[in-house]
Amino acid sequence: MNLFRTAFLLAQKDLYSELKTKQILVTQIIFAGLVIVVFSFAFDPANNTTKAVIPGIIWVIIVFSGILGLNRSFISEQRNDTMQGLLVAPMEAASIYLGKFLANFAMILVVEIVSVPFLFLLFDFKFLGSFPYFLLVIFLGSFGFIAIGTFLAALAANSKSSEMLLPLLLFPITTPILIGVVQATKIILTNMDQFSSALAWIQLVTAYDVIFFVVCFLLIDYVLEV
Amino acid sequence: MIEIKKLTKQADNKLILRGVDLSIHKGETVGILGPNGAGKSTLLKVLASLIKPTSGMIKINGLDLKKDSLEIKKILGYLPHSSLLYDHYSPLENLVFFGNIYGVKNVEQKAAELVKEVGLSFFLNEPVKNFSRGMIQRIAIARAIIHEPEVLLLDEPHTGLDQGAIAILNNVILSMKEKGTTTLMVTHDFKQAAEICDRIVIVKNGKIVDDFRIENSSLGYVSQKYELQVEGVS
Repeated sequence: MNLFRTAFLLAQKDLYSELKTKQILVTQIIFAGLVIVVFSFAFDPANNTTKAVIPGIIWVIIVFSGILGLNRSFISEQRNDTMQGLLVAPMEAASIYLGKFLANFAMILVVEIVSVPFLFLLFDFKFLGSFPYFLLVIFLGSFGFIAIGTFLAALAANSKSSEMLLPLLLFPITTPILIGVVQATKIILTNMDQFSSALAWIQLVTAYDVIFFVVCFLLIDYVLEV
Repeated sequence: MIEIKKLTKQADNKLILRGVDLSIHKGETVGILGPNGAGKSTLLKVLASLIKPTSGMIKINGLDLKKDSLEIKKILGYLPHSSLLYDHYSPLENLVFFGNIYGVKNVEQKAAELVKEVGLSFFLNEPVKNFSRGMIQRIAIARAIIHEPEVLLLDEPHTGLDQGAIAILNNVILSMKEKGTTTLMVTHDFKQAAEICDRIVIVKNGKIVDDFRIENSSLGYVSQKYELQVEGVS
């Protein structure tokens, strides 16, 4: 129980910090807005083929604004060596990982809640697919991406060029998740006839999420040593 | 209280600690002296379970550091060179956060009392980033003792402090000692070590080369012993 209690305290601390400093979330939302505006100029919303790029745009927003947050997640604990303060406290390394994961996940969910409706609005997109499944795919994709990203952010934080290192490590490992969720989102938004195929992608992403979350949870102890 | 046997720590083919044996009783205040790079801070970091030892055994309060690190962490207070404080948080917010992690009851009241004790009650809700080095160190001391630890590990706690802050820190250490807290203090300040400590351990090249008790706060005795061991002067 201590594991979850301390994880929630850490997540609460990170979110409260964000509320005070507004460093990460504002940057993420501005980035998401810029992507949507640029793509809305590049593709004519009146054109039917434009609808095909919407799943891609959604995941471009999640991936890149997610990286903006992940990069800061552990680097922020280097100032005044606050990470040492967490490591000497009676909390397990897994608890630190879980706390950071929860904070990053909450922030990316906020970005999604703000940006996806804005994207649909600007592209004049009429939702015809299954809304619950759409939410499920967004949730699963974000979960896996942030779970792996949080672990790799802890790993990269010790490097001097961590901001460059994180995407280099993250993209190859999360490629199966990204392929799966883009395919599933495309089917759910545009062609519900192939729903069984979307379901197969969802199953693949779910399995990948579970495996990597458990692996990250178990290995974080070795990553966080000073 | 603390039992260290044949402790070694190797990093990048360099032996930082070379078979340290040390036994510290409950309530003792021990000063660790030694030249730069002797392994003093590493010893403290190993005790704080920040870094894993290469070999050897450490027992604190009868608990094995490898197996029961979580239980040991509950009774440890650690104050390194850095403050371990969040800049944009106020002293109260910092202490409440760490107090909650340690499961301190009535944490807000306890935090406010500690801030008052270190003489910064006027700055209770100011962000720490606006504080001077001395003020930050005072809050860092409060952070280290928020959970009333049984073992206090201090790494050069007097560095950069003015006389007022030094007096506050010494009072905190002495009042913790009265409560039975065991303190290990790495320092280069012989005067403070002689004033506060019951016992001095001199570390050189990762080994304990001298271990003696001091009486009557004799600074001269400490300096003489140190020079003999470290600088080879008799």
